[in-house]
Amino acid sequence: MATRTVQFEIRRQASPDAPAVWENFEIEWRPGMNVVSAMMEIAANPVTADGRPTTPITYDSNCMEEICGSCAMRINGRARMACSALVDNLEQPIRVEPLSKFPLVRDLQVDRSVLFDNLMAVKAWVPLDGTYDLGSGPRVFPQEQEANYPLSNCISCTCCMEVCPQFNETTGFVGAATIAQVKLFNNHPTGKVLKEERLRALAGDGGIQECGFAQNCVEVCPKRIPLTNAISDVSRDVLLQKAKDFLRG
Amino acid sequence: MAAPRIIVVGGGLAGLSAVIKIAEAGGKVDLFSIVPVKRSHSVCAQGGINAAKNLKGEGDTTDKHFDDTVYGGDFLANQTPVKAMCEAAPAIIDLLDRMGVPFNRTPEGLLDFRRFGGTLYNRTAFAGATTGQQLLYALDEQVRRHESEGKVHKYEGWEFLSAVLDSKGVARGITALDLRTMELRSFPADAIILATGGIGAIFGKSTNSVACTGSAQSAVFQQGVTYANGEFIQVHPTCIPGEDKLRLMSESARGEGGRVWVPRTAGDKRPVKQIPESGRFYFLEEWYPKYGNLVPRDIATRAIHKVVYEERLGIDGQPMVYLDLTHIDRATLDRKLEGILDIYEKFVGDDPRDVPMKIFPGMHYTMGGLWVDFNQMTNIPGIFAAGECEYQYHGANRLGANSLLSCIFGGFKAGPNALNYAKNLPAAEGDGGHASELVRQARINTQLLNNNGTENPFKLWRELGETMTKHATVIRYNQGLKQADEKIVELIDRYKNVNLADRSQWANTSFAFARQFKNMLELSRVVVQGARLRDESRGAHYKPDFPDRNDEQFLKTTKASFTGSPDGPRFDYEAVDTQYIKPRPRRYDATN
Repeated sequence: MATRTVQFEIRRQASPDAPAVWENFEIEWRPGMNVVSAMMEIAANPVTADGRPTTPITYDSNCMEEICGSCAMRINGRARMACSALVDNLEQPIRVEPLSKFPLVRDLQVDRSVLFDNLMAVKAWVPLDGTYDLGSGPRVFPQEQEANYPLSNCISCTCCMEVCPQFNETTGFVGAATIAQVKLFNNHPTGKVLKEERLRALAGDGGIQECGFAQNCVEVCPKRIPLTNAISDVSRDVLLQKAKDFLRG
Repeated sequence: MAAPRIIVVGGGLAGLSAVIKIAEAGGKVDLFSIVPVKRSHSVCAQGGINAAKNLKGEGDTTDKHFDDTVYGGDFLANQTPVKAMCEAAPAIIDLLDRMGVPFNRTPEGLLDFRRFGGTLYNRTAFAGATTGQQLLYALDEQVRRHESEGKVHKYEGWEFLSAVLDSKGVARGITALDLRTMELRSFPADAIILATGGIGAIFGKSTNSVACTGSAQSAVFQQGVTYANGEFIQVHPTCIPGEDKLRLMSESARGEGGRVWVPRTAGDKRPVKQIPESGRFYFLEEWYPKYGNLVPRDIATRAIHKVVYEERLGIDGQPMVYLDLTHIDRATLDRKLEGILDIYEKFVGDDPRDVPMKIFPGMHYTMGGLWVDFNQMTNIPGIFAAGECEYQYHGANRLGANSLLSCIFGGFKAGPNALNYAKNLPAAEGDGGHASELVRQARINTQLLNNNGTENPFKLWRELGETMTKHATVIRYNQGLKQADEKIVELIDRYKNVNLADRSQWANTSFAFARQFKNMLELSRVVVQGARLRDESRGAHYKPDFPDRNDEQFLKTTKASFTGSPDGPRFDYEAVDTQYIKPRPRRYDATN
């Protein structure tokens, strides 16, 4: 009996300056297989579909259960997590490409550190007096917890930024993920002490007014975070802050 | 005098906890991590974190938490640090709460708690079923705050290769590899803290993340750090079997009322939902009436093995049993367990709110690890360790929701202790050993890149994983352990003939993996040889030929030291600190 196989087309690029090439792979099908597990197969047997030896593919992955945010890539044209991309649900050949909006490192690996820089710029944290024992935290009612918890589920995969037409070098837009974190920390009983600073950080170039409401972000988010709601809420707060700052002179 | 420089390796909960304490005390920290720290394996922890806050009117106390932990660990853990951890736990939860962790709440706005394995109290605080993710993010945010103030410098995408030791054998820094540029560099430090997690990768498939290779622990082990209780490996009873990994299905599913069962009759052809109560064998509830589905993990795992392999009652004859949540209403499930139910749905395709999940045990946690003293320092001065990579808090079996606690507690201790140590450290003679260590590492790199062999390191890794899983997980026989050790020796030999399909000097993942793999092999011998020598059954270590615990001979910490000899490590044994709780028989099947 012929072995059932899966066809892949993978975009390869040896370094940021090297030319991009496509390589085809034919991999034995296994139940429950996903795109990362196919890459693991290639590492153990680095040969293309036409029998040419090649190198194992460079890509990011860690948890393999869609919680660490590492393995974002474009699969059949769509930005998504490769570990939860089950091959049985994908049209073949499965085309795998790196995210396009971030500096390429090699093959499917890109540098997404811009998101962490953005989180620093908006002070996405609760400023503690210290980690010594200061007793219990503020009371939070279940409804508030249930509103904030989804925002706190952001895995920093950057899919929302990849698909955003406004996320590019011209606008310098921070992207939806960072804005949702601003909402999260501005909602927190202690975190809100930095609310004005966060809103001002989103008031200038690359800030929230760059959003063109394409709504691609909320479509693609693997964690179903209410990103467009967050953008609307923060947008309103930024405008109010601007007005306040104007009146204060 | 300049502020001491501390290097922390690993950016999971333990590493970040240490970083925060050092930065807060005015120290400078260099933080090294293979992955961006926010993507560390702590993110995978699901169910919760234990603390005897007693917010449910049950009369829970830190003493009871201490007793449950020591008893759950089958008395192998030194009691002084465990006691301190349990006493510190309530304040740690408060701190995490202040950091903004979105813990689930009661209607009054207080922290909600649920039950976990190995206790009769609701002691586990939780944020849905993504508690590890939420805790890691809270600490990541605090570290980013310190980073913005210039107190922390991150080296993300760098892999630790070795400690730099001076002529007196004192740590003076590390060598590390930039995984992108492949640059090898040494970094000076007055003390280093390893917080490099578990060793799941030596078992091939486990619930661990890809980065959990144990390579860093093995590297310092080969430089002289003692490795303790290596044979104690936790196999989690409820995982989703997969081709690429075993995905965890949190104990919190049972904490919220999930029931484990199989059809009473082998080969029952009825659709699962049509099997009536009378046709269902809730074996954990029958065998362990007091704890029911919430017996500790080693107990539940062996029970599942028995049902599947001895009683032959696995679903459709397969090694799988049901974990059933379908009797719980959807709203409650979504509020408390959504994260893990989504994982099951995404990877298996069935909605566990409608259909019982099919699960099986899988390698999950490393109880053993680098030997440390009560100050979290290893036997090499200046090398500290915290989190899953050290051995101190869980004895022979870890209780669910104690790992997040031990990571944070260990990190909070290691940070200030490393800083104190560093303040009193005399200056190094000469260059502190940096030049010679760099030469040693460069030689290893050159040799590996130029090796003209035929063995693919990823294939060798599969063979290791199969051997380790077969012989060194749930049930262990001396004959099998001997075979496993022989297999590892064979793999070490074949590794000399390794061939990298990729010889480039840019983001070469094969090269990085091949280096890790050599260290994985050395550590695997610690596991199988330690298991072979321990002729008793205790916690997760179970030998049918020696079914009882033997305190007289083995109430002792196993200590492995690297020798470089072909026979493998040298083993010594150290008495366990049992000054607070006298060892007693561990009987979860008792009804009173």
